[in-house]
Amino acid sequence: MSEGRLSPFHGLWALTNRELKKWYKEPVILLLSLVQPILWIGIFGKAMNFASMFKSASIEIPGLTVPKQIIDEIGSLVLKQTFGTTDYFSFLAVGMLSFIVLFTSMSSGMTIVWDRRLGFLGKLLTTPVPRGSIIVSKVIASIIKSLVQATIILLIGVLLGLRFSFGLFAPMAFVITYLSLFLLSFGFSSLFLMLALRSTRWETQMAIMNLLNMPLLFSSNSFYPISSMPWWLKPIALANPLTYANAISRWALLGITPQVSVILSMLYLVAFAAIFTTLGITLSWRYLSL
Amino acid sequence: MNEPVIKVSGLTKIYPGGVLAVDHISFEVHEGEIFALLGPNGAGKSTTIGMLTTSLRPTEGEAIIAGYSINREPSKVRSVIGVVPQEFSADEDLTGWENIMLIGYLYGLPKDTVKKRAAELLQTVGLYNVKDKKVETYSGGMRRRLEIAMGLINRPRVLFLDEPTLGLDVQTRAAIWEYILKLKKDYNMTIFLTTHYLEEADAYGDRVAIIDRGKILVIGKPDELKRNVTWDTLFIEVSGSYDSAKQALSILPQVKEVSFVNGQIVIKVADGPSAIPLVVSAINSTGQEVKRLSLNRPSLDEVYMYYTGKSLREESMSKEEAFALRRTLRRARS
Repeated sequence: MSEGRLSPFHGLWALTNRELKKWYKEPVILLLSLVQPILWIGIFGKAMNFASMFKSASIEIPGLTVPKQIIDEIGSLVLKQTFGTTDYFSFLAVGMLSFIVLFTSMSSGMTIVWDRRLGFLGKLLTTPVPRGSIIVSKVIASIIKSLVQATIILLIGVLLGLRFSFGLFAPMAFVITYLSLFLLSFGFSSLFLMLALRSTRWETQMAIMNLLNMPLLFSSNSFYPISSMPWWLKPIALANPLTYANAISRWALLGITPQVSVILSMLYLVAFAAIFTTLGITLSWRYLSL
Repeated sequence: MNEPVIKVSGLTKIYPGGVLAVDHISFEVHEGEIFALLGPNGAGKSTTIGMLTTSLRPTEGEAIIAGYSINREPSKVRSVIGVVPQEFSADEDLTGWENIMLIGYLYGLPKDTVKKRAAELLQTVGLYNVKDKKVETYSGGMRRRLEIAMGLINRPRVLFLDEPTLGLDVQTRAAIWEYILKLKKDYNMTIFLTTHYLEEADAYGDRVAIIDRGKILVIGKPDELKRNVTWDTLFIEVSGSYDSAKQALSILPQVKEVSFVNGQIVIKVADGPSAIPLVVSAINSTGQEVKRLSLNRPSLDEVYMYYTGKSLREESMSKEEAFALRRTLRRARS
């Protein structure tokens, strides 16, 4: 029998909690998903050592001796101009935060496919829990997972030599970084859940993920700055929300001046999150059925 | 008479692609009844239950459940019904307790209420001592019992059971029915079930609707249905002359037909049990004694055959249903 009026949010936390339980009860999967970004920072970040290019001794061209000091100075200037910092490792490590957020958020779509395949979704749809809550709970769980994973990556980055150079008051820097990652995860989780609303095959979902993850990553400023991209890639990078999350994080944590102002970048992420969440919830009312 | 608790009128479902799964069905179910929708796989049973439980949108038609419209007030309908789906729906990664608590919260029940009811229900279905084990370790029968307990957490007025015993062995099926009947008694519910097991519809259904190719062919009490299409048969051996016995029996109004086969009198009557005393006294009145008497009552399969021209037992199933069945069986056995 119904017990009075139901709050529109009833069951939301119970569903979120279910997603999280399934996640932290399987630490192996959690650790496996960290392997890729750790390899990127640990191997790529360490080996792609741009600074070492200029760490040679003095150069002697016949008739001209360039002292080491000047080479170092030029190196720093070039690096600074290209990456906004002389420390490529830190540049990459902070870029990996959005990488892990993207990958974790993408997999949120899979959970809905599994729920459908295993009959759980069918059961959910017969309870009075709002359709929107089914999606929103998955988005919230996905955000929490993403931010926890990002924190782990950040800690590992620090262990491997990430050096902060805060662009503002340190605690605020973290708040702003997490806010940008939060918005990024919000938007991507909603987007990939939306794509999975009607999907019955996890293979399709995997294919979508594989199709989109690398292009999204490489068309952003995660590995290299926009300024060094070919002209045709720049507009794509500027449309890519990863670019803005990276720019904000690098500004806050590394003091790198962003190409687009931080406020505009943040607004872009807010719009990204708001549009896809609204779309996701609206479509779930319409299309989330057996 | 009370308002029916389920009132279905002209309910129709056409799937994308034009498959007509349910074709303008109408019926009523009354408070406290066990109503069985009987039909082969692919007849439209699951689609019907899907529409009544609001997980599928009807193409046309209406159903009112406990006063709420499935089209206009689906979430109100959901709050007064319980559903035990055909496929296992519990989350295998969680424990039985976590599953039933979760469903309770989805009905918006306060924590204390959910805890109390969950404990009580798990005790009733005999799962309380394994409540903290993951569902993936449960047997098929245990899972089905958990599903039933989960379907009752909101104290529903109507419980929908979609093939509640599919894929279970005979003993487990009987045990599940024991639980269902006990729960029905304890909570005074109306039960709407689909099944393709004739014996279950016959034994437990207060009323049965036979559905085939999306249409309801006939609705009634199992006994009535059988009586309407076919007769009970009595086989009698008597001590003396068959001819005089036959004569005495022919004049009884209940007796439709008397024949003589293999040394036995075979008579067709409308209602076997109530005809037996009359038949016996008619034979005694001719001075003979009944040596042996047996009664053969038709099953619902004969009713089904009468309306559809085929036997329910021989019906094959669609590919999807076969797939779903295999999956259910696989999990039931694991």
